[in-house]
Amino acid sequence: MVDKVFEAGVVAGRLAPEAYAELFSDLHPPLGAHEALVAADRCYFCHDAPCITACPTDIDIPLFIRQIATGTPDAAAKTILSQNIMGGMCARVCPTEQLCEQACVREEAEGKPVLIGQLQRYATDHLQEQGVHPFVRAEPTGKRVAVVGAGPAGLSAAHRLAMLGHDVKVYDAQPKAGGLNEYGIAAYKTPDGFAQGEVDWLLKIGGITVETGRALGPDLSLEGLRAEFDAVFLGMGLGGVNDLGVEGADKDGVLDAVDFIADLRQAGDMGSVPVGRDVVVIGGGMTAVDAAVQSKLLGALNVTLVYRRGRERMNASVFEQDLAASKGVRIVTHAVPKAVIGNGAVREIEFEYVGDDMAPTGQTLRLTADQVFRAIGQTLEGEGLPDLAGGRIAVDAQGRTSLDRVWAGGDCATGGDDLTVTAVAEGRDAAMHIHAALSANA
Amino acid sequence: MADLTTDFLGIKSPNPFWLASAPPTDKEYNVRRAFEAGWGGVVWKTLGSEGPPVVNVNGPRYGVVHGADRRVLGLNNIELITDRDLQTNLDEITRVKADYPDRAMIVSIMVPCEEQAWKDILPKVEATGADGIELNFGCPHGMSERGMGAAVGQVPEYIEMVTRWCKQYYSKPVIVKLTPNITDIRIPAEAARRGGADAVSLINTINSIVSVNLDTMSPEPSIDGKGSHGGYCGPAVKPIALSMVSEIARAPATAGMPISGIGGVTTWRDAAEYITMGCGNVQVCTAAMTYGFKIVQEMISGLSEWMDEKGHTSIKDFMGAAVPNTTDWQYLNLNYVAKASINQDDCISCGRCFAACEDTSHQAIAMSPERVFSVIDAECVACNLCVEVCPVEDCITMVPMAAGSTDPRTGKIVQDGYANWTTHPNNPAATAAE
Repeated sequence: MVDKVFEAGVVAGRLAPEAYAELFSDLHPPLGAHEALVAADRCYFCHDAPCITACPTDIDIPLFIRQIATGTPDAAAKTILSQNIMGGMCARVCPTEQLCEQACVREEAEGKPVLIGQLQRYATDHLQEQGVHPFVRAEPTGKRVAVVGAGPAGLSAAHRLAMLGHDVKVYDAQPKAGGLNEYGIAAYKTPDGFAQGEVDWLLKIGGITVETGRALGPDLSLEGLRAEFDAVFLGMGLGGVNDLGVEGADKDGVLDAVDFIADLRQAGDMGSVPVGRDVVVIGGGMTAVDAAVQSKLLGALNVTLVYRRGRERMNASVFEQDLAASKGVRIVTHAVPKAVIGNGAVREIEFEYVGDDMAPTGQTLRLTADQVFRAIGQTLEGEGLPDLAGGRIAVDAQGRTSLDRVWAGGDCATGGDDLTVTAVAEGRDAAMHIHAALSANA
Repeated sequence: MADLTTDFLGIKSPNPFWLASAPPTDKEYNVRRAFEAGWGGVVWKTLGSEGPPVVNVNGPRYGVVHGADRRVLGLNNIELITDRDLQTNLDEITRVKADYPDRAMIVSIMVPCEEQAWKDILPKVEATGADGIELNFGCPHGMSERGMGAAVGQVPEYIEMVTRWCKQYYSKPVIVKLTPNITDIRIPAEAARRGGADAVSLINTINSIVSVNLDTMSPEPSIDGKGSHGGYCGPAVKPIALSMVSEIARAPATAGMPISGIGGVTTWRDAAEYITMGCGNVQVCTAAMTYGFKIVQEMISGLSEWMDEKGHTSIKDFMGAAVPNTTDWQYLNLNYVAKASINQDDCISCGRCFAACEDTSHQAIAMSPERVFSVIDAECVACNLCVEVCPVEDCITMVPMAAGSTDPRTGKIVQDGYANWTTHPNNPAATAAE
């Protein structure tokens, strides 16, 4: 045992150097060819299949599974990617147990759905590992579209627009394209550089240029983009993080979970990422779970995830909750932070228990903490944006904003769940509407 | 992307996937939906003579042999030809063909073996604008009791006679659909050719009883306690059909005759196999009846994908490619010697190869106390049984022995070149090698 396991404070390298690779390896190892055939064989090829309805991108799941079953995984990949250009990432991060696999008739019949997500990964990996990009651009239209944000929504829109013959320029604030796929998802869900690989593969369509390190602001105004381009798609996600809003929340060691997750994703060596001995994560979504589980994997001794409501209200799926529990994360519910205690750096954090109606109970809980991660939601940042609704860019059913020739989608816009797959669907659909509008004006 | 269009007897279709004459092609509603789903053509459900239509049973028409998980392996039916009025069918065919000029529309016909009956119906069918006709000489149940269907297909003289009438009274292509319920498929095919048929299609369904209900002692499907043999189709019949197709494709008297392949086509691969065996297209029924019309999407994408991979740009590129490699047993190379080889990395130690070989074959697999299975080359005759019963694909393979090496089973040196039974010294009828 490495002596740093019990060391208090925020410390890097708590585990033996060789331990990290195994701990952060693929959450779901890929299916082998034989496993894929056996799994595909279970699909009933349902008529008007419920799994398709449950998929935000409407992938023809029975068809792609049959294509796997009949020995043509590349045809299966095309079926997937024609609906969802990030089918590879979605196969890894989609909460399938709440979407396609929940709707699978096998789930109803046996409680064991067809392994749709893993089959999707099998097919898309098969194609993408060959470096094959199966789509070609239409004749150039001469139209130019700006896309703000190179995350799932922006890249999905960009790809569709490029495929339809438009020239696309994508701007992103970060040094790398990919958005949350690159910066916001647990490392074990997309290991081995998959996110960047997918971006590179996606860009093979051509007609897309990406400028990184460019966010909406003084030197990149929406006004300017509207003047320069025929249309603009906003897909920059949510850049701000909600504050704890309690006494002592500014103490050292109180951090944004999204930054921690991003640091982990960008770290070449997991052993270089410091983590507390006693970690507390506040929140109940995927980000909270990703931060909690990865803290544990980095060697934190005690990791507690604290959520203000009951488990059934957590945005993290049951699968994610169970994953956290299986890694040794303690989940505390019905508790809200009251104060962060410490002399300079956080030492303890106090919570108060609340009822289902959030009414204070007067009962408190103190947790030892040398690191506290905030994961209580994100907010839209930016000025000169179109009209907002509920803190996000208001869009109609076609993704149109209040500004002429400006569309939006993904987390920064209203509508849909905050899922990768939803962002991809919104980007794709907005692109189709942009295309229709540009074609009408041609 | 590969070009899937086919030209069968001058009849063009966007792909080689036609729906066979059967319940799916019984009426306008179905056929329109099939064309919308992407099928390249249809053979309209068999029409009978003008007058009161046939009646079907009012109980179950189908019985199935299920695999695990209720996979439909074989389907048996006792349905007759169309039980709808002739004129209704003709009107519908006319409308659908007019609306889908790029799809193949073939009309299946079954009327009595009387010249007048054919003389009456053929002009009416011709007037629909359909692309051709298919003569149903194959249905093995019901209609055969009335001297039609398989009752005609089992008498070569009748096949030739009726085909001739059709060529006389109808101007477009005539396809003769053959029954497999005979001993030598080449005989009816030759008769069709003599009669002037433009093509043959095969197989129609095989006489079958799929099961007996052990409580009621009735064959299934049971109509009020009694059952009758039906016609068997689906994946289970494909090997039988493929063999019959090969016989026609390579027999000198019928070689080169266009063939429409039918029998258990369920995936693109089945279709590709039929085409390599000389078929110009395939007809599908059971797969559509099991999974719906949408199944054609996989067939189209799969065939296209495979053709691209192999560099085939059109169906003609590989049509008949397997025919020259289909031969009689006596011409197989007896100098070819192989041995089974077990890949220990892939082996999951189930022991199925051992059980099969030890109990039923040549005792050519050894099993160690640690459950390691290995081939005994001195016993292995390369029968392939272990390969086929192994649950892990490619775990066991057949490895050819190099010429010049010694086969430890026979002690003989593996000879280079080709030698078959016709020249083998053990063959009493052997002819000296030249």
